[in-house]
Amino acid sequence: MAGKPELARRNKSNPEIPTSSMADIAFLLIVFFLVTTTMNQDKGIGMQLPPAGENKKIQKKNICNVWVNAAGDILINLEQEVPLSQLRADVERRLSENDKLIVSLKADEETPYNAFIDVLDEIKLSGATRISLASPEK
Amino acid sequence: MADFSKKSGVHTSIPTGSMADIAFLLLIFFMVTTVFVRYRVTGIVLPRAEKVEEIKTRRHISYVWISADRKVYIDDKIAQVNQVAPIFYERRVQNPRLIVSLKCDTRAPYGLVSEVIEELRKADALRVNFATDRER
Repeated sequence: MAGKPELARRNKSNPEIPTSSMADIAFLLIVFFLVTTTMNQDKGIGMQLPPAGENKKIQKKNICNVWVNAAGDILINLEQEVPLSQLRADVERRLSENDKLIVSLKADEETPYNAFIDVLDEIKLSGATRISLASPEK
Repeated sequence: MADFSKKSGVHTSIPTGSMADIAFLLLIFFMVTTVFVRYRVTGIVLPRAEKVEEIKTRRHISYVWISADRKVYIDDKIAQVNQVAPIFYERRVQNPRLIVSLKCDTRAPYGLVSEVIEELRKADALRVNFATDRER
């Protein structure tokens, strides 16, 4: 224990944390968050289902049956086969003739969901508000 | 005549001292507002549609997933079709504003989707949303 103790030794240079690059670090993190954030909002076609056990009697002339088979072919009122591209115009025309029209969408058990959504989308786009989803026949 | 050649002796510089504070403020804002995806079932390809609506309130949403190989998941747990009604009846009692988001694969058969819809009707969970991606 000779001479001055180590603790007492003082460094003359000014100790300081460098803050000049702090902004760069923060911006780097911001960019990371901006890039990785996915504004993943839930979206889809909204529907209001009828309550269980409710069966309304509807006049036949107010119903427009749209059938979709397993291959995705569309049949309106069991008589007219319509390609998907013309479905919107067809439903629009029927709606303009009868504003009480209810569109009943009936798909086969094996219809791919994709085909069902395509048809539902076209019916929605035609402006129909009363849409009924019939359960497939077994 | 030429005014531009005039030079001012004033030293100009943008103050960068508070840049870090601004950046951290933004950083905290993004960290707080970021919402992570809550549930994810892999291998589900959603169909595309044009007339899509966005659901603004996330907290009323429950998810039902139907995969291409005819499996049904509630949130992210596998379930049987006949379990859908009791589970959603319970949820509907707890939250009357429940929205069920049906996330079905494009190749899922409509028969199964229809069975799930019937179950939801039994459970009185009548607000459904067929999840789709926006058509591009």
